[in-house]
Amino acid sequence: MTNQNTISRESDLSGGEYKWGFVSDIETDLAPKGLSEDIVRLISAKKEEPDWLLQWRLKAYWHWVDLFENEAEPTWAKIDYPKIDYQDIYYYAAPKGTNEAPKSLDDVDPEMLATFEKLGIPLQERAVLAGVAVDAVFDSVSVATTMGKQLGELGIIFCSFSEAVKNHPDLIKKYLGSVVPYTDNFFAALNAAVFSDGSFAYIPPGVRCPIELMTYFRINTEGSGQFERTLIVADEGAYVSYLEGCTAPFRKTSQLHAATVELVALDNSEIKYSTIQNWFPGTKDGEGGVYNFVTKRGRADKNAKISWTQVETGSAITWKYPSVILKGDNSVGEFFSVALVNNHQQADTGTKMIHIGKNTKSTIVAKGISAGKGSNTYRGQVQIMPGAENAVNHTQCDSLLVGDECSAHTVPYIEVRNPTARLEHEASTSKVSDDQLFYLMARGLSEEEAHHMIITGWSRDVIKELPFEFALEAAQLLKVSLEGAVG
Amino acid sequence: MTLATLPAAVEKFSTAYESLLTRSSNTTGWLNVLRQQAWSTFSELGIPTKRRGNELWKYTNLQPLAAADFVYGVSGSVTRDQIKVAGPWDDAWNTIVVVDGKFNAELSNLNGTAGLNAGSLAEAIAGGTGDVELQLASLAGREEYAFTALNTAFIDDGAYVAVIDGTELKEPIHVVFVTSNATENRASYPRLLVDAGAGTSLVLIETYLNLAETAQFVAPVVEMFAGERSTIKHYRVQMENEKSFHLGTTRISQLGDSDFTSTSFAVGASIARNDIHTLLNAPGASCTLHGLYMTNGTQQQDQEISTTHAKPNCSSNQYYKGILSGKSHAVFSGKVVVERNAQKSDATQKDLNLMLSRGAEIDAKPSLEIYADDVTASHGATAGHVDRDTLFYLQSRGVSEDAAKAILVRGFAEEMLNEFKPTALNEFVERITDERIPILLAESDTIGTT
Repeated sequence: MTNQNTISRESDLSGGEYKWGFVSDIETDLAPKGLSEDIVRLISAKKEEPDWLLQWRLKAYWHWVDLFENEAEPTWAKIDYPKIDYQDIYYYAAPKGTNEAPKSLDDVDPEMLATFEKLGIPLQERAVLAGVAVDAVFDSVSVATTMGKQLGELGIIFCSFSEAVKNHPDLIKKYLGSVVPYTDNFFAALNAAVFSDGSFAYIPPGVRCPIELMTYFRINTEGSGQFERTLIVADEGAYVSYLEGCTAPFRKTSQLHAATVELVALDNSEIKYSTIQNWFPGTKDGEGGVYNFVTKRGRADKNAKISWTQVETGSAITWKYPSVILKGDNSVGEFFSVALVNNHQQADTGTKMIHIGKNTKSTIVAKGISAGKGSNTYRGQVQIMPGAENAVNHTQCDSLLVGDECSAHTVPYIEVRNPTARLEHEASTSKVSDDQLFYLMARGLSEEEAHHMIITGWSRDVIKELPFEFALEAAQLLKVSLEGAVG
Repeated sequence: MTLATLPAAVEKFSTAYESLLTRSSNTTGWLNVLRQQAWSTFSELGIPTKRRGNELWKYTNLQPLAAADFVYGVSGSVTRDQIKVAGPWDDAWNTIVVVDGKFNAELSNLNGTAGLNAGSLAEAIAGGTGDVELQLASLAGREEYAFTALNTAFIDDGAYVAVIDGTELKEPIHVVFVTSNATENRASYPRLLVDAGAGTSLVLIETYLNLAETAQFVAPVVEMFAGERSTIKHYRVQMENEKSFHLGTTRISQLGDSDFTSTSFAVGASIARNDIHTLLNAPGASCTLHGLYMTNGTQQQDQEISTTHAKPNCSSNQYYKGILSGKSHAVFSGKVVVERNAQKSDATQKDLNLMLSRGAEIDAKPSLEIYADDVTASHGATAGHVDRDTLFYLQSRGVSEDAAKAILVRGFAEEMLNEFKPTALNEFVERITDERIPILLAESDTIGTT
């Protein structure tokens, strides 16, 4: 078997520590700390962006300033963290020498290639074997995109956001901010003002993308924020499966990650978006870790389908609600999530399903696992608008508690304005059953192994929605993340 | 939590508050302190408004209340016959009647039952009866909640019910809060304090009647103390007129092995909230909170149901059903909190809604907040219309569509109606439901196959 390494296979699972915490010694180009109109202009200039994009960023910036001054940073989530000093963050950190987009992998800093190699991200052309196309984002900048040629033959565009702005300005202009406008929320406004790079994918009409597209995000520089922006457009009748992975070094100071993801699924198309979020969760004592404030939303037109699958094991703070606006008739939205918190991690995550079109259908399966001193909240909203005739929603959210110092919360909002809709919401909270543990342990499993087996089985409804490569990784991640929580 | 202060709205209540202070200047000292604290809380909070970040009032808009003017302290006359017609009545019951917030001895029907001390709250306060000083406003009033604060600032009279340890009452206690007929828009702040001793068993019916045709603002606060091993069956019947505002708060504290059951029947008012919280404060306590709400026209009915498991081995069950028609709006906001040491807790939560019309809206928020690991908690919520297949089945057997719908709506309500056990009460809620169903159906839409 070739070395088509995924994170799980590469890592040694015995230690139970965060495996991706190393720091790469790469020279970076840093803009001064702090946020101002000048920084926004600087980022835009570095990217050689057209004026309309700069203007859009500036509007977003001033909107954010307005929100900031009115203390509109959201406080409704069940997360507790020290106030973020927005002037103490690097808004632009790029590996040196990436001002020019690398023409081929030969132009990429070998140290960086080594980093991605360590992470198990197949950047080399042997990625062909792995069957994924990868866009690797290091700190704020996309450093390499693989398989471009093969995808190009099908008319699929998969490149960094900056390249897309240069090469496909019409598409960007048409869809940027169409699903998540900069006015959407505090963090979306911040992202719109200072986003540095990210991925862009466009699947032309009727094309089924034959391989998985993948973006790999890595925060490296200390004190830097990461603000990437992803835009995926599936044209009529197209299909794409997209994977997203993330890690960050072990730092005792916290890092801010405020990303925005926009999905546009035009008539009859389908987008499947899978995430394994494994940002640095902080130390056992709750020092450091990534603050993950992410806005993810998709718009599904007629007969289109958007499916979000997420495995959230990382970050000190997770604030994330991947949503679907079911705009077109017969559109479908899905959300499958496993969120695990251990030690001092806090997650407030869930989804929004906004039913606008007729015969729209949504499914939510959310599994929350709390261990250590972790706090896990499912927060979801299902909204049936007056025109959404015969809309259907089924929601199931289950929580599992491991240990007596953690907490699990379920906060669903169900808003129905059409009598033809059918909604069902179920939730349960419990601990791992003593009987099940006893049964497995009587058969020779250790308490820890028994817990892992039960938790993996319990999360199966979500894990099975992931592409094969990711599913293996997810199962291992759950195992590693739980270590130390049992026994 | 920051609530928007509408100075004007506070201003409206301040004249009344001052007149109360002057009128009852010789009242018990501790009560005056209590009122003053509550008034200053209310002045800071004001009437809560629906706006971003105000989670408690996310779905219910109190703007019409904030915009209206009410007079305070005007009392009208009511006859017993009027009460008997408007609400449930049984001569065998121990009935306390409170008119416009004031205890009325003539209309009350107290049968001198042994072990029961029931009557005027003002008298209980003045006489320092039982633990009234310790208990009053200890569950509701000192918290940061506008309407309990407002009610506490205006504590003047109301009803007091104490049941002596070990007493098992055969007949229900019925507390009727009635708003007399008047041309003015008035405000009243009914108050009820219930002290059920250890090992007691009682049935308590709380009824709100409104004989006025004008808009009334009724903000009742009920506090109940369930002693060890006590069993309380509580019923709440809310029959305000369609122009009125009813913002009720009920707080219950339960001791070991007590069992509290509450069943609510809410059909009245323009804007109504039934805010009930049970505190399971000792091991082995259990509570069941049930309710049926029906809305039509432009009514808003808001059920704010919460339970705190503070100690181990307690169980709670919340189960509500709603029937919505016209352009009405119902809210179910259920919450169960299981605190850190409350191991072996068992909690269930359910809210089922029947939506009969296109203009109606239901917002359900059944939430769980769990800090202990050895817990089984679950919740469920559904919303939908009358089942088409069942409707078709009935029609295919010759039942007209309207009649078939009525059967299905009645069937949906039946489960909750059956929870109203005292005969006269059961007959009353069934009669009101049967009168209400044709009104709901008249405002409903035919939802055929598309």
